[in-house]
Parts: sequence; C-alpha cells; structure tokens
Amino acid sequence: MRIRVMGWGIGVVLSLVVLSAMAQGGGKLEIFSWWTTGGEAAGLLKLFEIAKRQQPGLEIINATVAGGAGQNAKAVLKTRMLGGDPPDSFQVHMGRELTDTWVVTGFMEPLDDLFKQAGWEQTFPKGVLELLKGSDGRYYSVPANIHRANVLWYNKKAFQSAGAEPPKTVDEFFQVADKLKAAGVTPLALGDNGIWAATHLFETVLIGSLGAEGYRGLWTGKTDWSGPGVRKALDAMVRMLGYVNADHAARSWDQANDLVIQGKAGMTIMGDWVDADNLAKGVKDVGWAPAPGNTGVYDALSDSFGLPKKAPHRAETLNWLRLIGSKEGQEAFNPLKGSICARTDCNSKLFGPYLQWAMEQWKKDAIVPSLAHGAAAKESWLTGINDAMSLFVTGKDAAQAQRLLTAAAAEAAKK
Amino acid sequence: MRTARLAPVALLLPSVVLVSVFVYGFIGWTAWLSLTNVNDLMVNPVRVVGLANFTRLMTLPRFRIGLENTVTFSLTFITGCLVLGLGGALLINSTVRLEGLWRTIYLMPMALSFIVTGVVWRWLMNPSSGLNLLLNGAGLGSLKSGWYTDPGFGIKAIAIAAVWQLSGYTMAMYLAGLRAIPAELYEAASVDGAGARQTFWRITMPLLMPVTLSAVIVLGHVSLKIFDLVIAIAGPQGGPAFSSDVPANFMFQTVFQANRFAEGAAVSVVLLVLVSLLVIPYLAWSFRRGIGW
Amino acid sequence: MKRGLVYLGLAALAAFYLLPVYVLVVTSLKELSEVSLEAMWRLPRTLTVASFVRAWAGSPGTGTRGLGQNFWNSVSLALPAVGLSVLMGSLNGYVLAQWRFRGSDTLFVLLLFGMFIPYQSVLIPLVRVLQTLGLYGTLPGLVLVHVVYGLPITTLLFRNYYAAIPVAMVEAAQIDGAGILGIYRRIVVPLSGPATVVAVIWQFTQIWNEFLFGVVITNKPTVQPITVALNNLAGSFIVEWNVQMAGALLAALPTLVVYALMGRYFVQGLLAGSVKA
Repeated sequence: MRIRVMGWGIGVVLSLVVLSAMAQGGGKLEIFSWWTTGGEAAGLLKLFEIAKRQQPGLEIINATVAGGAGQNAKAVLKTRMLGGDPPDSFQVHMGRELTDTWVVTGFMEPLDDLFKQAGWEQTFPKGVLELLKGSDGRYYSVPANIHRANVLWYNKKAFQSAGAEPPKTVDEFFQVADKLKAAGVTPLALGDNGIWAATHLFETVLIGSLGAEGYRGLWTGKTDWSGPGVRKALDAMVRMLGYVNADHAARSWDQANDLVIQGKAGMTIMGDWVDADNLAKGVKDVGWAPAPGNTGVYDALSDSFGLPKKAPHRAETLNWLRLIGSKEGQEAFNPLKGSICARTDCNSKLFGPYLQWAMEQWKKDAIVPSLAHGAAAKESWLTGINDAMSLFVTGKDAAQAQRLLTAAAAEAAKK
Repeated sequence: MRTARLAPVALLLPSVVLVSVFVYGFIGWTAWLSLTNVNDLMVNPVRVVGLANFTRLMTLPRFRIGLENTVTFSLTFITGCLVLGLGGALLINSTVRLEGLWRTIYLMPMALSFIVTGVVWRWLMNPSSGLNLLLNGAGLGSLKSGWYTDPGFGIKAIAIAAVWQLSGYTMAMYLAGLRAIPAELYEAASVDGAGARQTFWRITMPLLMPVTLSAVIVLGHVSLKIFDLVIAIAGPQGGPAFSSDVPANFMFQTVFQANRFAEGAAVSVVLLVLVSLLVIPYLAWSFRRGIGW
Repeated sequence: MKRGLVYLGLAALAAFYLLPVYVLVVTSLKELSEVSLEAMWRLPRTLTVASFVRAWAGSPGTGTRGLGQNFWNSVSLALPAVGLSVLMGSLNGYVLAQWRFRGSDTLFVLLLFGMFIPYQSVLIPLVRVLQTLGLYGTLPGLVLVHVVYGLPITTLLFRNYYAAIPVAMVEAAQIDGAGILGIYRRIVVPLSGPATVVAVIWQFTQIWNEFLFGVVITNKPTVQPITVALNNLAGSFIVEWNVQMAGALLAALPTLVVYALMGRYFVQGLLAGSVKA
C-alpha cells in the first residue's frame, strides 16, 4: 500500500518536472549592443518584451557595453567574433560598416529567405535595400530604425532676436552666422570631442557642395577626392569653423546642444538624436530644418541586426530579426528611440512632431549613406578620414586635408 | 651555503611558466603578427610582408605625434609626481598635527579609477568653465589655458590629471623615506653649522635617492600604459591634432576601429622596443649600484 | 611665519586634491536638468540622492544594470586575485632576494618586464589562451589574468623588502635545519606585514578599478565586474553625468574603505621597504 502511494508520488513529481520543462520551452537569445541608457535602451527593452510575449519562456541576455559611438563595444565584439564566441545578434550600422567588416570576411549568414518570407522588398525603400546588401547582392541585415544626420537645429528665440531665418544654402549660412554673431550669440555650436561630430558636420558640407549624386560618387570612386568639389567643401568648412564655439574640442555633441538650448549658440548641425535629447530635457523652442545645402537629401544611417554564422541560437535569432523588421516591432521601438521606421508603412501618429516631419521627408528625399555613422565607408577608411579631420579642424589647412583624404580613399581602394 | 638549487627554481616555476606564456608568448605572437598582412578580420592568404607595416606607421602623423607625446607625458608626469610628492612630504613631515587627515586627502585620488579621474578632469579642464572659471574668480586669469583643447598644451593637461591621481603615492613614499632618516644625522649637521639648504641637498636628497629610483620605475610603467585617462579626457582621437594622443590609444583604435591588426601589432612592437631600450639599462645601472634594491 | 607658510602650502595641496572630489560629489547630488558644464561649481539647488539610488539599483526600465548587481562579482574577483598575486609575489620576492642563484637576477628583470606590456596588445591572444583553458567568460579566468599581470609588481615590492632581511638570520635558521619553505614560514612571513600592506593596497586598487580585461574576458553582463556596470551607467549617446558621477563614488567606496583602514600601515610599509640605511 505504502509502495503504491510512493509510486504515485514519484509519478506525480516526475510528470510535474516534465511538464514544467516543456513549458519552459523558450530558448535563449543574446543581443549585443551599446544601448545602455535613455530612449535607446527603453526601445530595446520594449522589443524584448514583445519577443518574450511571442515566445513564452524565452530568456534574453542583454549584453551591452557603453562607450561613445560603440568604441568599447566594437572591441569586445571583435574579440568575441575572432574567438569564435559570437552573440546571437549584434547592433551594427547598416552599410559598409556591416558589409566590409563582417560580410566580406565571411562572418554573417545571408538573409534572402527571411526577406522574401516577410515581404520586405516591398516595405523597405530601395535606397535602404541597397545598403543592406553584400557585394554578392544578398541581404545581410535588418534595419531597426533610420536616423537622419543632416539636420539643422536652431534656437527660435535667438533667431528671432537676430532677425534670422534658418539658412537654406551654405552662403545663407554665413549671412545668418554674421547676424547671430552681431547679436552676441555663438553662431554654430560644435561638440567634437572624439572628432566624429566634425566628420558629421563635414559630410553635410560635402553633400551641400557635391549634391546627392556627387556625394555618393565619393564612395564608389566616381567622384574625385582631389577635385574642386571636395576643395570647395573644405574651404566652406574652414569658414564655418570660424563661427564655432571656442571650446568645441572639450564638448561632446550633447554639451554643444546645451549651448543651443540655453540660447548661447544659435544653431547646431547634428543628427536627429538631438530631438530625443531635447525631449528628455523638456526643451520646447528649438526648431529644425535640413542642413544648409541639404534640402531634398536624406543623409541616412541605421542600426541594424544580422545573423552571425556561428550564432548559438539560430531559430530564436531569426525570430528576433523578423520582429525587428516587422511593423509591430518598428512601431514599438522607434518612438522610444527617437528615430523613424525603416519601413514605409508605419503609423505616423505614434511619433512626435520632428519625427513626423522626418517621416514625410523620408518618403520623397534622395537617400544618401552617412559617412560618420558607418553607412558610406568601411571602418578603416572612416578612421583615415577621422584622422584627417583631427588635423584639419585644428590646422584649418584645406590643401593638406585634401591630400590626406585622397590618400585615405586610395588606401581604402587597395585590395 | 645555498644547497639545493632545485627548491628555489621550483618555487619560481609557476610564475615563470605563467609569465612565459602570458607575457613572452604574447610578445612573440605580436611580433610575428606585425610582420604579416593581417589588416582585416579575415585575410586569405596570410603573407609575411616584412617591415611594410612599420614603414607605413612612420608615414602616419598620428603615430609620430603619439611617440612625442609619450616622451612629454612621461617627463611631465614623473617630474610632477616627484616634485609634488617630495614637497608634500616635506610639508607634512614638518608638522605633527592632523596627519591622518592629510593622508586621507592625498591618498584619496588613488582610490579612483583612471576613467573616473578622466571624466572629472575633462570637466575641470573645459576651457569655458571649470578651472578657468575659478582662476578668473581668484584673479589668476593669466593662468588660464585651453588645457587639452590647446594643441600646444595637450598631453601636459593629461599629465596634470595623472599627477593628481598618483602623486599621493610618491608622497607616501617620500614621507616614509624622510622618516627613515635618522635624526642624529640632522643633529650632527646642525652642530657642524650647516644651513637648511645645505642639509637638504647634502643629506636629505642623497638619502632619498632609493625612494626616487623606486618611484620612477612604478611611475614609468604607468606612464607607458596610459590609455583610459587619455580617452576619458581627450576622446578616442586624442584631442585636437592628436595633441593628447598616445601610442596605446592609437593602437586600440587601429586594431578595434580600423581592423588593422598587423599595424596595431607593429605599434606594440615599437613600444616594447622603446621600453626595453630605456628600462633595461636603467635596471642594470641601478642593480649594479645596489641602490633602490 | 614659517608655520604659516607650511599650513598655506598644505592648504593649497589639499585644495588641489579636493577640487575634483567636490565636483564629483556636487554633480552627483544634482538633478539631471541642473547638470551642465556651466553650473559645475554651483551647489545643487535641489539636493537629491536619486542618482545614487539609480546608480546602485540600475533602472529596469532601460535595462541598465545597477552597480549593486555587479558588486559581488568584483568582490569575488578582487579577493582571490589580490590574495594570490600577493602570495606568489611574496614567495618570488623571497626566493629572488635570499636564494639567489646564477641567472636569478636576469630572471628577475625578465619577470619585471611584464609590467610594461600594454594590455590592449594582448587581448586577442589572451582570449584564445583562456578559451583553450576553458576559462574564457568566467571570473576564475579573470582572476588568473589579474594574478599573472600583477606578478611583476608584487614580486618587485617583496624582493626590495626582503633584501633587507639580514643574511645572518636566514643562515642561523638554515643551521637549525630549516628548509627553504621553513625559513619562509618561520622568519620571513612574520616580518612581512608592512610589505604585504603596500602590495595589497596597490593590487586591490588596480584590480578593483580595472576595466579593459573585465569587459573583454567576462563577456556576460551577470559575470562582469563593477567597472563595466559603471561604464554602462554613463550611456553611449546621451550621458547622465549625475548618475555616472554618483556611480563613480559608490564604486570607489570599497577602495576608500581599504585606504581608510590600512592607510597608516601603507606609509609604514613603504618606510620599511623602500629605504635601506
């Protein structure tokens, strides 16, 4: 009798164990990024929430490493990838940063099947689809968002007092800058500690000087780096640097934005994460416009995710990628992150005023890849350009800069 | 007298093995890598390209500036720590009161990591606020500087932050050294009619030599590895025109940003060669003199 | 007059050392809206310890791990790493100081050379070796790394110190029949107090505050030391300076406690170790 009760007992316990193991089902997923605080982290967590809802029992490891523009994260990621210990998926800029670092070198799996299944060739704009492809024409990553780099942010009150309007061309920029200077306001706020903000500014000047086609040609070899278009951009930049806050080398981009918020500076040219910063600080009277000379051009960058070849949890990762590219995923992530959907069918009512404006522009502007944020040039080329910028911003020697930039392009073209 | 040679060697063996692998093994790997063409995440085929990476390094302004900066930094940092350390120790030694308090104050900076020190000093050395504001307010406006944003001053600003962090260590060393000097020597000197300055230079300084030499080794190895501090203050590009850049930072960017592994290895090799050229003669010299050991 | 000058000098020194601490403390007590470069010196208008709470507990809403979650990782890292590197350094220093043999001085210099390796250049081979040993991604692996790279300096400290032990003492013990380890236990260890204090303080500071190895070798957030969590507090694009500075102060507390308790012995230890009459 007692033995039978024991038998029952063991049976019950065993079945409970088996049942709970089945319910755990779940699986694991490790996502690697440098989104550690603010809206970006909130957006990421929202995606995790949805993923866990879609796949009950899913355990997500949020592997993040902070450090401006991902420099620490890149060191950790590369060490891991080279050591054969990839995360399931990692944040990487769409465009050449992805393809030349990871695809050409054979670390990523193509995603053509996923794109077909999800019908993304119909929902992502052509300009974006091109940037997601490797040199073999296959897709290698899924964009979670689109950020715009060539935006001019200006303090409305300061502009009003100085009697100025947001400048549409580079020439107008100098007129406006003079007016602001006369009114006792620093015309242009720049925070280039780490230099990338200067490269960022320069790319908008390049676009203004060369136009969308000419700018695109810089990266395909069609446009000559030693030509007059680039020289014109460099000269314009030298002039612009004369209107910049003296402590620009000490400030980061958000500390430069503080100058605009406080009305100490009139404008800053920076990507649309400024909007997220302003919203977080409760700022109301900062307006936006395309950067001077950049009307009709959308200088795009995107955080995207791919599938490393040795990803430990392939099925879960594919689910993650599907989520990233889905309407639900993008609508959940982007309003929190402060960026717009890469998809063209997102509900604009979910987004704030600036983002709605950006979404409108996204539908009609010419799309060009951002230099400073990994879309246009591979990492070693960007490093060469950044190094040239470091000397240029201090020495203001346009001829030397052009030589260095040409050499960087030549080095990048070598194989 | 020292009989079994086996025992001492056996005791040293674990350290010898570990260091052989983790130091010399890696140096060997780095040296080999610097001679190859592995300047991307996947290179096929891997070829030996001799000194090509080194010659390319010599053409890069950033590398040359970085080397100069290391020299400037080391000199400024080591001198600063020694002078401030000795000065502070002399001051503290001449008064008996509140020593615990002084000690807490000058040792506190050591407790912070270089990254934290960098973040704070980056704020302090912002040209339009921070220290410059204070100096203005104190009527010392002429001492204002662009600090690390001034390409002419650059790395010296980083050295100031580093001195802040580690001069407490030298101060503690000098304090200990001062206390070790027997009082009788000073008594004898004053009996002989020696003035304060003579006493200082003839008695105190020579007896503090071992302390100085010891400190130089410790400070020296810190200054050659300085990296976190530079990034935290001047950013990954080493400030305007690389004026605060150091080879360790350049190597980090070259390897992990630009994926140029062989080139980064070449930077390491150059650094290690320079270190050996300086350190080994220094060690040999102080060994032979028997001072500091 | 002279007394006045001395105090003036000390006050100037104190100001130099305390100014940055002032900025750290003041900023960590401010709300984010008040934090700016311009307001660096001003006292907080609204005093708040929210930054400290955020720094310690993290914010689940943004997935930021707080320092509190990684605190014990650092403890599990620092205690064994400091203990082992000090112990091994002590043994090494003892052998190299009192049991010299032909080539032992060269060995010492070769050992010392390890101090000068820039950590960035060994990251990749280090990960490979640790993977072969099955220690990659673990705290024991990180402990091993810190022990190895701490050996040169601890050996240096102890060798200097033990060199001052009179040869006669060692020889007397040998005549009594003590072997190499016996002498170590009976004579050397009891004398090692001051040097141990210096070594422990130096190593604890280095290991507790180290970031690069911590973020590369232990690659899962649950295993990483506190320095990685501190770095992540800062955020990448939008930096919450008040939380970061609050976090920096919290992360520095253990080291400060170590200094407060052992500081006096630090100076004594240096006294005994670095000067020979």
